[in-house]
Amino acid sequence: MSDQQPVIKCDSVYKIFGKNAEKMLQDANGKVVAAEFQKAGCVVGVNNASFEVNKGEMLVVMGLSGSGKSTLLRCISRLTDATAGNIYIEGEDLISMSDKELIELRRNKMGMVFQSFALLPHKTVLENIAFPLQVKGNSTKDSIKRAKDMVDLVGLTGRENYFPRQLSGGQQQRVGIARSLAVEPDIWFLDEPFSALDPLIRKEMQDEFLRLQGVLNKTILFVTHDFDEALRLADRIAIMKDGIIEQLDTPANIVLNPETEYVRKFTEDVPREKVLKIKSVMEPVGDETDFSDLRVSEDALIETVAEAVLGDPKSVPVLNANDDIVGVVHSSKVIHVLFGENSTLESNA
Amino acid sequence: MNFINYLSERPKLTQLGIVLIVFFILMSMTGLYHDLIVERHLFAKSVVKGEIQSSVGFAESMSMILNWQLPPQLVRIPELTFYHPVINTSATYVLIALLVTAGLLYKSFAESVNKSQWLRVNWFQIISKGFVGIIVGLLFIPTLYNWFFGEVTRSTFWEIPFMLQDFSQYLIFEFWQTPVYDPEIEDYEDYGRVRLFTRAIGVTLLFLINLVRELLIGGFETVVSLANVFSDQSGWDWLNENKDKWYSSVPAIPWTVLTAGAFILGYKLQGVGLSILAGFSCIYLAVFGQWEPAMQTLSFVLVAAPVSCLSGVIWGVLAYKSRTVERVITPLLLIAQTFPHFAYLVPVIVFFGIGDHAGAVATIIFATPPMIRLTLLGLKRVSPEVSDAGRMSGCRNYQLMFKVLIPTARRDILIGVNQVIMQCLAMAVIASFIGAMGLGFNLLLALNQLRVGQALELGICIVLIAVVLDKLSLAWADKQTDYFADLSFVERNKTALLFVAVFFAAILFAWFGNWVFADTAKGINYFYLIPHNKGITTEPFWQAGVDYMVSNWRAGIKIFNTWLLVEVLMPMKASFLAMPAIATFVLTMGIGYIIGGIRSAIVVGLFMLFIALTPWWERALITMYMLTFAVIVSVVIGTIVGAICVQNKRATKFILLVCDTFQTFPSFIYLIPVIMLFGVTDTSVLIAVIVYAVIPPTRYTVEGLRNVPESLLDAGDMSGVTKLQRMFKIEFPLAFPHIMLGVNQCVVFALFMVIIGAFIGTEDLGQEIMQQLFSGGNIGSGLMLGLCVAFIGLAMDHLIQTWAEKRKTLLGLS
Ligand SMILES: Nc1ncnc2c1ncn2[C@@H]1O[C@H](COP(=O)(O)OP(=O)(O)OP(=O)(O)O)[C@@H](O)[C@H]1O
Ligand SMILES: [Mg+2]
Repeated sequence: MSDQQPVIKCDSVYKIFGKNAEKMLQDANGKVVAAEFQKAGCVVGVNNASFEVNKGEMLVVMGLSGSGKSTLLRCISRLTDATAGNIYIEGEDLISMSDKELIELRRNKMGMVFQSFALLPHKTVLENIAFPLQVKGNSTKDSIKRAKDMVDLVGLTGRENYFPRQLSGGQQQRVGIARSLAVEPDIWFLDEPFSALDPLIRKEMQDEFLRLQGVLNKTILFVTHDFDEALRLADRIAIMKDGIIEQLDTPANIVLNPETEYVRKFTEDVPREKVLKIKSVMEPVGDETDFSDLRVSEDALIETVAEAVLGDPKSVPVLNANDDIVGVVHSSKVIHVLFGENSTLESNA
Repeated sequence: MNFINYLSERPKLTQLGIVLIVFFILMSMTGLYHDLIVERHLFAKSVVKGEIQSSVGFAESMSMILNWQLPPQLVRIPELTFYHPVINTSATYVLIALLVTAGLLYKSFAESVNKSQWLRVNWFQIISKGFVGIIVGLLFIPTLYNWFFGEVTRSTFWEIPFMLQDFSQYLIFEFWQTPVYDPEIEDYEDYGRVRLFTRAIGVTLLFLINLVRELLIGGFETVVSLANVFSDQSGWDWLNENKDKWYSSVPAIPWTVLTAGAFILGYKLQGVGLSILAGFSCIYLAVFGQWEPAMQTLSFVLVAAPVSCLSGVIWGVLAYKSRTVERVITPLLLIAQTFPHFAYLVPVIVFFGIGDHAGAVATIIFATPPMIRLTLLGLKRVSPEVSDAGRMSGCRNYQLMFKVLIPTARRDILIGVNQVIMQCLAMAVIASFIGAMGLGFNLLLALNQLRVGQALELGICIVLIAVVLDKLSLAWADKQTDYFADLSFVERNKTALLFVAVFFAAILFAWFGNWVFADTAKGINYFYLIPHNKGITTEPFWQAGVDYMVSNWRAGIKIFNTWLLVEVLMPMKASFLAMPAIATFVLTMGIGYIIGGIRSAIVVGLFMLFIALTPWWERALITMYMLTFAVIVSVVIGTIVGAICVQNKRATKFILLVCDTFQTFPSFIYLIPVIMLFGVTDTSVLIAVIVYAVIPPTRYTVEGLRNVPESLLDAGDMSGVTKLQRMFKIEFPLAFPHIMLGVNQCVVFALFMVIIGAFIGTEDLGQEIMQQLFSGGNIGSGLMLGLCVAFIGLAMDHLIQTWAEKRKTLLGLS
């Protein structure tokens, strides 16, 4: 069971702000309509969220401002108490945990990165990173040593003794990331970590983040309102609106098979090549033998290999994870994805 | 028709016009003004004849005050015939008010969704509403009723001071008694626990102050009294027996040690600049022969300031944690901002008696509110993400508070510490009225002897102590630890070692002093301690200056003074006193309405109503007259001086420095020169007030004008405005909200000073407070009078703030 058990499991989680929230929720009998609650002076933060996140998976939560992304994250980290519903972290019931257990959980299993960095202004880079360790009761020497490793990991070597105010936004967020990783958490929460950064730095930080994730392979809950970012990073994407999770699926499915009108609108302008993998446009190997020398992986995004495939007049063989040829891809199909009508495309991803 | 169009485009102006017209109609209906003008003519005549002179000189009255007597000009508060709002009590009113309250509560209950939880959620509301209901029923409604319809008897409201007084007496002597062994009568006696409690606080504070004091200037009492805790009276007996022996008293630390310590500490905490400031301040204290009183004051501050800071932070944290505490504390903090110093003293002498400890208690009560306010503000300003980050790092509650929230709120908390130090030293003089020793007491003595020069030197001592403590505490808070330095023991503790070395060197030095100064006449060892008033002094210089002024300017000043009194101040006072209450309400509430709508009108109205219901309405009018005059003059002078100085960088710097110095200067100092020149008249009070209150408008004008965005000025220059146009069309409008803050501060400063002006001899609320203070203290009257003053300040504060806010939003600056 231990392998199959989801790391995070939410079961009809509600979070409603306002005075008589609990009572109103009971009366509503599970059918929460945001507009009605609004009239009664309540704000719906999260509305009936149920999902699971598996080990090593990255779930990106998306939605417009005020759609309840942060609130969902805060419920799962129990920074706020959910109004109703159950949350399990590695099978343990989060809601019924005592304060003591909760603190233990946070000290050992959780890390969080914040949109506005949330560094402690009176501590240096090194002290900020060592802070969770010191709070835990580790000796100053050990904490500082570990913090130094983290500084190296995020590439801030040489700036250990700077104060947050002396760093650029990108550097501050690196400190935030290092701090959240200092206790070697299993679960990593990131709430719009790159939103406050300008586009160039953001790209750089995303690359950095992917590199780190490649090394660390954590279970991640990532909040963003930037769809490109979500596509770059996500294993699965959850799209929220007014507290409701409209759809939770792989990037390709979200783009190709939107379940609701809202998601369709949301994904309308997304370029297909950014979400589709070669797998979805490849054809079975026919009788032709005149293959190109080029090889592409079936999991590669079309965007990343399009140029090479288009530059090649012949069909390009597609490889699976074991380097076996499982199909071919023609430049005509790629052109179709890049420039053709979106709606005609069928998905088999 | 043109005129009507003009008005309809300017609704505010129209409203103002209506308010003023109604006001003047009401004014002219009483005819009181005429009577008072007649009185003025009599006054003018007697001035010309030379009949008006203060019956007792300032020097005499000061010494009387210091001996706990009231000088005649203070006792004789002229009777004013005036229509007091009066009522009698009736249980019916209470019943009506309670019914209304019950109705409101029932409405809230009926509307609530979760009925079973209602009591638990709203308990605070229920209690507070019930309380307000009783107060309203008991006091306001009957008073109002009788004000309009009733006959003239005493008002219930007037009974409050006596009720409070009785209650406090009950609290001290009778409430919750316990037998305590009294060694004098060798028997048990019943004591109120409250008294025991306050006494315990007093003794603890006294012990702490003495401990610090005797460390600094020698003595042995603390150690003996500490020994007494373990072995009854024997310590004192021993001390008395061995009075003349050298070991019966701990010698003081030589002043050189402390001075060197100040140099080292300053250097360690910040660098050469602070080191020089701290060191030379100590040298000043020593060389001018003020070392002993300075150390007495210092010991007092070193106890009071940390206690204030600590309790301020504690209350701030509690208010942050609990909504209930916050809701109770917020109005108290607001009142504390404008509550006059003296009014604090009345309850303190009742509960704590007289002495250093009482002074310390008063200082602590006075200095804590700003700390609470700033702590709360700072904690609230911590971004929620930072506290979330702390919680996600696995902080326990206390770790979150002490390692995340408080350090993050550090800036505001430090400003609080700074405020506390300033307040403590501001209280240094006032606390000496209830027995605190030190510079303040000596300053009063110097004032008493009309020794301007000495008072000035003492004032500078207080300023220096304030500035040095302030800078040291800031530097200390800014200090950071360095994790990388891998230093040896000697290197890490080199400052401490240096200090130890200096310590012994200085003691040796002081010892040598015994020989060096052995043959001088008085046998004073200057290396050890420069006794009080045995140092150098600049007094003759100042004295000569004052003498010159008095002998050469007096005649001219007298003409000016008479003119001012007869032509300006008397008529102004007369018109204030001639205002029927209803006219005052129309004016203030009307202006409130124009500035901030119905809400402001009600707020201001309630403040005024409170004052109107007390027995001191006409006293408050006199306070308001002085306040109005002083504020207008101060603001005019302040803005003009500020606007001129800001034209030049060096002048700007200079004027800011002057502002800083004058602000820390003990306000009493301003009283002497004016009283020598202008005698015991309103002019003296007002000039002292203006000198003090002109500081904030000047400072804020300078700051406001300096911070006008450069780009806007450039834009102005590009469109070719002249220098004057630029000033009036761009700079002033943009700086206006900031200048208004200065005006606001000006009101507070002026109010404080007007109350202190009671020492010169006024007829206003301040005088009433003095009466309470020196007649042994009726707590109720003291508190109510304090509230009256505070409410005047708060009403002004509310109006000015609202106006400034509106302007700010209009300009898009907020
Ligand atoms: N403490 C609170 N009290 C009341 N309402 C709240 C509180 N916190 C959030 N809300 C409301 O809950 C809703 C969801 O807020 P949330 O912060 O989760 O949005 P978000 O998706 O993270 O938006 P953003 O992208 O701007 O961060 C919003 O309507 C917000 O006003
Ligand atoms: Mg958010």
